[in-house]
Amino acid sequence: MTAFARNQWYVAAYGREVGRDLLGRTILNEPVAFYRSEETGTVVALADRCVHRRFPLTAGRLDGDRVVCGYHGFTYDTTGTCVYVPGQKRIPRTARVNSYPVVEQDSFVWVWIGDPALADPGAVPRAKHLADPGWTTVGGMEPIDAGYGLLVDNLMDLSHETYLHGGYIGTPEVAETPTTTEVDEGAGIVRVSRHMDDAECPPFYARSTGIEGRITRWQDIEYHAPCLYLLHSRIAPVGVLPGPDGDDSHAFHVEITYAITPSTDGHVYDFWCVSRDFAQDDEEVTTFLHDFNRTVVMQDVDALNLLQKALDTEPEGYQELSINIDTGGLAARRILARLAAEGAGPSVPVPAPAR
Amino acid sequence: MSGPPTTEVYRIDWVPGTDTLHGLCHCGAERSGQDPVEMWEWMLAHPVGHGAEPR
Repeated sequence: MTAFARNQWYVAAYGREVGRDLLGRTILNEPVAFYRSEETGTVVALADRCVHRRFPLTAGRLDGDRVVCGYHGFTYDTTGTCVYVPGQKRIPRTARVNSYPVVEQDSFVWVWIGDPALADPGAVPRAKHLADPGWTTVGGMEPIDAGYGLLVDNLMDLSHETYLHGGYIGTPEVAETPTTTEVDEGAGIVRVSRHMDDAECPPFYARSTGIEGRITRWQDIEYHAPCLYLLHSRIAPVGVLPGPDGDDSHAFHVEITYAITPSTDGHVYDFWCVSRDFAQDDEEVTTFLHDFNRTVVMQDVDALNLLQKALDTEPEGYQELSINIDTGGLAARRILARLAAEGAGPSVPVPAPAR
Repeated sequence: MSGPPTTEVYRIDWVPGTDTLHGLCHCGAERSGQDPVEMWEWMLAHPVGHGAEPR
């Protein structure tokens, strides 16, 4: 099981999900209650367990900007401080729940579960296209009954598209085309590029772009470990390349965004978005891309649920075999191991490269 | 979390038409092989094994 990197920002929800109803999400094994402040409009994140008898606060209610526990009425303000207990005036000094740093950016609500003193809002990775009116975005979130490392493996090696998503987004060329992998160690970014010069156009792109023949298809992954995964996808009729001045207006661009948020050791939240720079106002294309991509995501969900179940029956230290297609995934595993070790404290040595 | 680009960039190219991987360290050291695990181990051991010794 891939260890958690604690001192990192994670996507907890879409901004649109957080309002005046309490929303519960478990992030890095910590249950968290989210709501939007009536007074400031900002998102509040508090530990989802009442200090009294551990009742989930999400089963309670909001009273203005205060959370009232649904069991005995313990009441908390937006900082997590208990401001009311039933039947007595004295509120014990220890009566408070954790509050977590939050940043709302690019349509996501990001939360920091680790040491709050280390939370730098300026370090949240960007996905500007998600909130850019020049792009039309569809998206969703699917929980997966698998460790988050399996989802990272899945997304870093797109050769699986040919087999798991054949007839949807996969064509033979994806698995056949060599990749280039780059690790920017200081920035914590892994890039995997696969440029297909002459490829079959899968239904996902044929039906959304209207291209009928073969295509030039570029897949450029940019993984900002541990949570944000960007896939810059460029589709154009064969031979249509960016001009010498950089003009690429004859191509179709799709930004595929994932936020990979560990929930518990064996569960991960799979936030997915598809953004396009063409047919922006075409509702039919919007509906098609949403429904079709959700089908693709569910193919991954089913596969990873099955894989985790199988791995759970394997003895500790089971063997794997890595080949060329795994170059990017191996790089991601190693960066995650380093981030997890750093989050565990300065005295923990960085482990050897992941095999 | 990710940060601004740095110069500590490691690169592995899968050479088209072959099963060969070509590694390029930020220090300029290069290596070819056919095992990504071994390639990353060499790459990330920088500077060990990245000097003037035969590769």
